[in-house]
Amino acid sequence: MITLIFGFLRQAIIQGIPLIFGSTGEILTEKSGNLNLGIPGIMYMGGISGVIGAFFYEKYGDVSNVFLCVLIPFLASLAGSALMAFIYSFLTITLRANQNVTGLALTTFGVGVGNFFGGSLSSLFGGSGGTIALNVTGNYFKTTLPFADKLGLFGSTFLSFGFLAYLAIAIALTASLILNRTRIGLNLRAVGESPATADAAGINVTLYKYLATCIGGAIAGLGGLYFVMDYIGGAWTNNGFGDRGWLAIALVIFVIWKPKFSIPGAILFGGLYIIYIYIPEFTGMALARSSQELFNMLPYVVTIIVLCLTSMRKKREQQPPMSLGLSYFREER
Amino acid sequence: MKPAVPAIELRGITKTFGKVVANKNVDLTVNRGEILSVLGENGSGKTTLMNMISGIYYPDSGEILVDGKEVSIRSPKDAFDLKIGMIHQHFKLVDIFTATENIILGLKDEKGFDVKRASAEIKETCEKYGFEIDLNKKIYEMSVSEKQTVEIVKVLYRGADILILDEPTAVLTPQETQTLFSVLRTMRDYGNAIVIITHKLHEVLELSDRVAVLRKGEHVGSVVTAQADESSLTQMMVGKKISLDIERSEPKNPTDRLVVENLNCVNREGVKVIEDISFTARAGEILGIAGVSGSGQRELLEAIAGLQKLTDGKITYINPKTGTHDNLRNKTPLQIRNLGVRLSFVPEDRLGMGLVGNMDIIDNMMLRSYQKGHSLFLQRKAPRDLAERIISELDVVTPDANTPVRRLSGGNVQKVLVGREISSAPTVLMVAYPVRGLDINSSYTIYNLLNRQKDSGTAVIFVGEDLDVLIELCDKILILCGGKISGIVDGRTATKEEIGLAMTKYSGGERE
Repeated sequence: MITLIFGFLRQAIIQGIPLIFGSTGEILTEKSGNLNLGIPGIMYMGGISGVIGAFFYEKYGDVSNVFLCVLIPFLASLAGSALMAFIYSFLTITLRANQNVTGLALTTFGVGVGNFFGGSLSSLFGGSGGTIALNVTGNYFKTTLPFADKLGLFGSTFLSFGFLAYLAIAIALTASLILNRTRIGLNLRAVGESPATADAAGINVTLYKYLATCIGGAIAGLGGLYFVMDYIGGAWTNNGFGDRGWLAIALVIFVIWKPKFSIPGAILFGGLYIIYIYIPEFTGMALARSSQELFNMLPYVVTIIVLCLTSMRKKREQQPPMSLGLSYFREER
Repeated sequence: MKPAVPAIELRGITKTFGKVVANKNVDLTVNRGEILSVLGENGSGKTTLMNMISGIYYPDSGEILVDGKEVSIRSPKDAFDLKIGMIHQHFKLVDIFTATENIILGLKDEKGFDVKRASAEIKETCEKYGFEIDLNKKIYEMSVSEKQTVEIVKVLYRGADILILDEPTAVLTPQETQTLFSVLRTMRDYGNAIVIITHKLHEVLELSDRVAVLRKGEHVGSVVTAQADESSLTQMMVGKKISLDIERSEPKNPTDRLVVENLNCVNREGVKVIEDISFTARAGEILGIAGVSGSGQRELLEAIAGLQKLTDGKITYINPKTGTHDNLRNKTPLQIRNLGVRLSFVPEDRLGMGLVGNMDIIDNMMLRSYQKGHSLFLQRKAPRDLAERIISELDVVTPDANTPVRRLSGGNVQKVLVGREISSAPTVLMVAYPVRGLDINSSYTIYNLLNRQKDSGTAVIFVGEDLDVLIELCDKILILCGGKISGIVDGRTATKEEIGLAMTKYSGGERE
C-alpha cells in the first residue's frame, strides 16, 4: 500500500509539473492586468516549438552533444511561446483588443499549429511520415539526478524527474519572491491593480505589461515542452496535451494568484487529474468509463469551491487584480 | 510684498478631444510661495489644463515653462522629474497596498529596495508638515481624508515643490477641510507653489492668494484674491451676473407623504448603521438631511427605495391619488418606484449607480423606462426628446445626445442623472449630493429644479454637504450623527453652528 501511495504521489507530481509552469506564467501575466486565455494554445506552442527544434537538431546536428540537444529545443520552446504571448500583447496592449477574444483565438491557433506540425513535420521534410519520435532528446530531458535510485522510496518519489521539474519549482519560488519582495514586483502588482495609478507614479505601464505577458507566456510554454519531452519522452500525439492548459488557468484561481501555492496546488490538481486510474487499485473496484469522466471533473470542482470561499470571505488581497481584463489608455476619460 | 518668482508658465496652450475643445490658447503663470486657485465651471477645462502640467495629457500646441526653461512633459514621470506633483480628484492609489507601498511606488532605488527604511523617511516628511497617518494601513481600510493625506505625502516624499490639487475638498468634512488648508498654508510658507482647482467660492477666498478664472476652456483673467469677492468671481466665471439666492417658497398646504417609524438596519458586518430613525416627509416641502458623510444617509435613502434590508421599522407611503397607506417594507424596489418614489443617488464615482458610461445619453434615459415599451423594437423618439430637453434646460456640455456618457465631464454626467430622475414627475424625490462637484451655475439650476418639484407637490428629501445651502433651501432639516437622529430643526430659523454641533455630537431627543 505504501508503495502504491508513493507511486500515486509520484504520478501526481509528474502531472502537476506542466500545471506549475502554466499557472506561474499565467499569474505573472494576470498580475499585469492581462487575462491571457491563450495559455492552453501557448503551451501547445511551447511543446511543438521544442519538438521542431529537436527534430532539426536530431536531423542535422550532433546528437552526442547533450548540452546542445537540450538547449536547442529549450530555446525553441521559449521563443515559440514568447512569440505567441507577444502577439497577444501587441493585440491587447498596443491595439487594445478585447483580451478574452484574443486569448481564445490564440488558444485555437496554438492547438491547431501544434497538431498540424506534430502530424506533418516528418513528411514535410522528407521523412516517412507518421509520428515523430525524438528518443535521443527525450532521454536527455528525462535524465534524473544520478543518486535518485539509491535513495529508496524517497528518491524514486521526489528525485526521479528530469531537470525541467526542478526548474518549474525554482521558477514558481522565484516568481513568488519577485512579486512580493522586490521593487519590480511592487510595480508589476500596481500595474495590474490600477494602471492609472502606476502610470501617474511614473511606471512604464506598457513595458511592464509587455514583459510580464511575454515572460509569463514563455514560462507557460515550458509546461508544453516538459509534457512532450519528459512525460511522453520525445514524441508528439495530436491533442495529447489535452485540457491541461485550462487546468493551469483554473489553478491560478485555486491558488489565489500566489505562485508559491501553485506548487502544492499543481500536485493536488495532478493527483485529482489521474485519480481515476488509482481508484480501482486503492479500493479494488473497477471504474466505468463514465465515472472516469466524473473524476476528471474534480480539479474544476475544487476550483469552483475555492472561488465560492474567496468570494464569500471578500478579503481584498485574495481577489483577482483589479484591472484584470481591461486595457489601459492614458487619455481615456 | 516679495517679487513673484514664476514656477510654471503656460503659453498658448490648446488641447482638443475629438470635436470638443478643452483648452484654447491658455496663458497662465504659477508663482512660488503662492496658492493659486483655478476657478471655472464644469467643463471649463480646469482639470484638463492641470493634467497637461502633470503629464497625463499632452498639449496640441503651446509651450510650458518650468522655472523659466521650456520643457516637454510627456508622461507623469517627466512631471516628477520637474518636481511637479498632482493630487487627482479620483485618488490614484492601489487599494490593496499599504500607505508606504503606495508612496514609494514607481521610485528608483538608489540603495536597494527596503520598505522599512522608506517608511522611516516618510515619517520624517510627515513630521515636517504635521501629517498624522498610519503608514502600515491598507488603503481600502482608510477614510477619504486619510487617502488624501497619503496622496499629499506621496508627492511631497518625491520632492515635489509644485503641487496641484484637483478639487481636494469635494469629499471632505468641514473639519477635514480646515486641516487640509492649514497644511497647504504650511507648504506655501516653505516656498512651494500650490495650485488648487475648485469651484467653492468661499474656499477660494479663504485660502488662495491669487485666482485664475477659466471659462469655456479659455483663461479669462487672474485677480489677486484680496481684491475679489464672490459676486465678482462668479461674474468672471459665468460671463454674466447671476443671482446667488435660492428662492424658497412657503410650503403650500403640505400633507404627509412618507412616514418613517423606528427604522433600524445593519450592514454586512452586522454593525448598526441606522438606529431608531423616525420622521415624516411632507408633500410640498424639502426635507434636508445633514450629517458627516457615512452617518447613515445612504442607508436611509436606500431603505426607503427598498434597496436595503431593514431589521426593524415601518415606512408608510400615503398615496396622493387614492389616499391609501402602503407599507414600503413589503414591496420590491420596482413596486416602490412605480408608486412614484424616486432615488437619485450621486455616488462618489458618479457613474457607479444610475448611469452606464458606455451608453449614450438617450440610452441612459431609456434605462428608467424600459418596462414601458410594448413593441418589439425600441422606440427612441420619446427618450431622444427627453435627452434633448435635459441637455438644453440644464446646459449639458456635449457634442450631441448620442455621445457616450463616460466622455462627458463629471458635472455634466451629474446633470444628466438628476435631470432624468426629476423628469419622471415623482411623488417622492430623494437626492443625495446632487451638486457634488458641480459649479455654481449648475448648482443653482439644480436647486431651482428641486424647488420647482416642491411647488408641484412632491415630497423632496435632500441629502447635502453644504450647510449654507441646506439652511437656504430646506424647510426642515434632519441631522444624522452615527446613524441616529441628533436633531430636527426648522430651515428658516436654524443656524449653521447649531447644525454643525449636532452633526458631531449625539444629543438625543428631537427638537422641533
